[in-house]
Amino acid sequence: MAISGVADREPTEGSSITKIWNNPTVRGVFWQIVLIVAVLGCGAYLASNAIDNLARQHIASGFGFLGREAGFDISEKLVEYQPSDTYRDAFVVGLLNTFEVAGLGVVLATILGTLIGVARLSPNWLLRKLAQCYVELWRNLPLLLQLFFWYSIMHVVAPGPRDAWVLAPDVFLSNRGLMFPVPEADATHKFIWIAFFVGIVAAIGLDWWGRKRQEATGQPFPILGAGAGLIIGLPVLVFLVTGMHLTLNKPEMQGFNFTGGASFSPELTALLLGLVVYTASYIAEIVRSGILAVSHGQTEAASALGLQRGKVLRLIILPQALRVIIPPMTSQYLNLTKNSTLAVAIGFPDLVFVANTQINQTGQAIEGIGIIMATYLAISLSISLLMNIYNARIALKGR
Amino acid sequence: MATTTMLPASGPNGAQRFAVWVRANLFNSIGNSIITIVFGSFALWVLWNIVKWGVIDAVWVAPNMRACQAAGTGACWAFVGEKWRFILFGRYPYEEQWRSALVTLILFGMTGASFVPKLWRLEMVYAWVAAWIICGVLMWGGVLGLAPVESDLWSGLPLTLILSLISMIFGFVLAIFLALGRRSNLPIVKLVCTVFIEVMRGVPLITVLFMASLMLPLFLPPGFSVSKLLRAVIAITMFLGAYQAEDLRAGLMALPKGQYEAADALGLSYWRKTKSIVLPQAITIVIPPLVGNLIGNFKNTSLVSIISLLDLMSTTQVALVDPNWRGLTSEAYLFLGAIYFAACFAMSRYSQWLEVLLNKGKRR
Amino acid sequence: MSEAAIAPKLGAPIIEMRDVNKWYGEFHVLRNVNMQVKKGEKVVICGPSGSGKSTAIRCINRLEEHQKGQIIVDGIELTANLKNIELIRREVGMVFQQFNLFPHLTVLENLTLAPIWVRKVPKKEAEETAMYYLNRVRIPEQANKYPGQLSGGQQQRVAIARSLCMKPNIMLFDEPTSALDPEMVKEVLDVMVGLANEGMTMICVTHEMGFARTVADTMVFMDRGEVVETSAPEEFFAAPKNERTRAFLGQILHH
Repeated sequence: MAISGVADREPTEGSSITKIWNNPTVRGVFWQIVLIVAVLGCGAYLASNAIDNLARQHIASGFGFLGREAGFDISEKLVEYQPSDTYRDAFVVGLLNTFEVAGLGVVLATILGTLIGVARLSPNWLLRKLAQCYVELWRNLPLLLQLFFWYSIMHVVAPGPRDAWVLAPDVFLSNRGLMFPVPEADATHKFIWIAFFVGIVAAIGLDWWGRKRQEATGQPFPILGAGAGLIIGLPVLVFLVTGMHLTLNKPEMQGFNFTGGASFSPELTALLLGLVVYTASYIAEIVRSGILAVSHGQTEAASALGLQRGKVLRLIILPQALRVIIPPMTSQYLNLTKNSTLAVAIGFPDLVFVANTQINQTGQAIEGIGIIMATYLAISLSISLLMNIYNARIALKGR
Repeated sequence: MATTTMLPASGPNGAQRFAVWVRANLFNSIGNSIITIVFGSFALWVLWNIVKWGVIDAVWVAPNMRACQAAGTGACWAFVGEKWRFILFGRYPYEEQWRSALVTLILFGMTGASFVPKLWRLEMVYAWVAAWIICGVLMWGGVLGLAPVESDLWSGLPLTLILSLISMIFGFVLAIFLALGRRSNLPIVKLVCTVFIEVMRGVPLITVLFMASLMLPLFLPPGFSVSKLLRAVIAITMFLGAYQAEDLRAGLMALPKGQYEAADALGLSYWRKTKSIVLPQAITIVIPPLVGNLIGNFKNTSLVSIISLLDLMSTTQVALVDPNWRGLTSEAYLFLGAIYFAACFAMSRYSQWLEVLLNKGKRR
Repeated sequence: MSEAAIAPKLGAPIIEMRDVNKWYGEFHVLRNVNMQVKKGEKVVICGPSGSGKSTAIRCINRLEEHQKGQIIVDGIELTANLKNIELIRREVGMVFQQFNLFPHLTVLENLTLAPIWVRKVPKKEAEETAMYYLNRVRIPEQANKYPGQLSGGQQQRVAIARSLCMKPNIMLFDEPTSALDPEMVKEVLDVMVGLANEGMTMICVTHEMGFARTVADTMVFMDRGEVVETSAPEEFFAAPKNERTRAFLGQILHH
């Protein structure tokens, strides 16, 4: 077969324009300029339309409304708030509510999710199947539907306060919400909190010292036990010394409702139940795959070296499993936080709910939505940043 | 882990094997036995109560809720019997609902056909285009003697299907451009794509929906109005596109560099290389997360009820407001849940099957 | 069988590398590489790993970019000019160590893809060419199989056929047999010898010294980014001029 070549080739001397066009840098710059012009052009067009429309509908611009009186009440709040407070205060209340839901939700979902994830790996067939049913059920239904379901449980199925379900001593669930006891504020509690933080610092210091000592002398030090002792023991010590001032403010039936104690509204309870149950099903799968990701050979090798089961778990299995678990886990935490915005559908006053009210009242949709988006973006990006730092630190070094 | 148990010397029959299995998997230790008994009885108790409420004591026909309560203590399925048409088709004009139903069947059929790998040919694209045109004519009407129906009246199951399918198709196209753009060497292109993806992924879907429904009208010139349906479609498409773009990008990164190099060495142009070599392989690599996003998208369409679009979730809520049928939330949500569960479960099983199928061709 | 028996007429220089330098960041991977390949010549480049030999030939079809110096292929200078790169890639075929066949396409589709889309050849003609080369590499029956179903040796032969379907003037081989099980190396080398005997211009980076002795017109030894020695195979193997060449040959020629 003859080798072809020169005969069917185009000449390389083209015009100077084609020469320039064939330069990859030139082409790149050209398309980017086109893109910039397009984006800025669209932006300018949209902005000018917006200015016109806002002017025509007599809607103000800017964030001046934040200083004005809000004029609406918020049914559930962690801090003091009245309708005569400003919009800014209202937003803060909403934000705190969001944090409350997100914080509690994350903790509870992690606990429940881990339990179910471990159950998915149980040697007991029934437990495995039940856990699998749990996961399949909640993952294949929309979260909004689940929230409405729990909301209907709280409002339609749950009994009145007189016949409230007793979940634990002094913990009541009724259609007025979840009532539980809280400790009464006392002057000595300040010292207990201080002791708690001192304990944490001391435990960290002890951990560092114990590790250095083990490196130098080979002598192990029961860091875990001693550390836990400090964190728990110091506050307990202070508690005992200051006279054991602890009275619980308990919810008690009075007339038609409970007084005393603290409560979660039915909306908050429904929101928490929905978010926790839903997110736990995803966390269960993450935990399961994390544990499975550590191959059995690791356990065998560790045992063959003579490590005891507890050490194998702590030094070999857990670090590798956590490596696989933590990134998707934080992603689920973010999802839970974002999903908490569905609160607006069942009437729990989170940030989006407050912003929605503000938009309805002032008509300033752009500013209101801007506030919500900026807040959630800030939360998401900071979590992502922390996640990237964590990943870079613990990444297994490859070739 | 299950302990091995000696089988009878004469060879096990069915009953004996079952007994062995039960012993090994459910009762092989004291702890396990306790767990089996506790959870077993709990599960049976729950199951029994559900069957009792849902089937045995249930009332299947009744004119209203009070009659239901009088007739029995179980579920009032008469509610579903009465309201199913409203839940499924909502405010679409009663006489024209056959059009709505026909569209649902067409879309179901086309989706089902798209699941069959043997039918993945160019003709399928033509079929889909034809199907959408037919559905558009049926839903909007105004031609061929069909009464016109505004898109604001479209509701229930057809609306949910239309929202999901359109956002899936356009979202995926958007995702391809976003993913390729984010991997580009051109800094501006990369920046624009990255910002879009990160913003869409960092905010809740609700804010994107609010953005589309509340803010979009402000950005358009007066007299130019966009229907609520279109606003919702735009929002969901942008949101889904960003998530699909990230998963696709992972696939692009997972593709061995050698594939890119071989295509370059053969002289293939960028777009030809991307279309024939890179994308087919990258997409195959990330099918599980891609389908996961599609399932999530289907569930997410329920959020349009918050911006007053009458999807399946909304129609159910409205049906529950009827004073004749107060308080029957469990029946309504179970009916709705069954629909969603069937669809999502089928999609996730299909995704697993597809994964196995696509990997079969690769192994020796 | 040595090259002298066939005695082809070597043509004009078809590849010229003049003072080619390349850096990966701080690392100077190619140092003043000078090489000239005539039309019809078979050049074998050998050297320890990390010597830059793969990098050198990957610069020829712009899979790697050189920062300094000139590379001229078939009269076209290799710069950032996209058109020139396109033209060069049509004339230069490359066979990789990892085969890099497209796993989602059949063998036939792998072979016809580039001719159809780059040389704009009609499908029927492309398939005929493909079957011709599949016969040449002696696996015509595999045309409708997928790469994953073939052995390593078969896959590499398909990869060679794939490059040949573009009717290149020059074939580059980057350690084509290094990833193969020993029993499959011969079938690939046989194909390459056949190609050589037909007069194809070839540059091979390889450790297969038996093959080199049979086929090469010129041996090039590279070490630490430099071309250390260039000579005819008889001279190269019998009496290497450079100390480093001697040390390297000592290490690899003890089979």
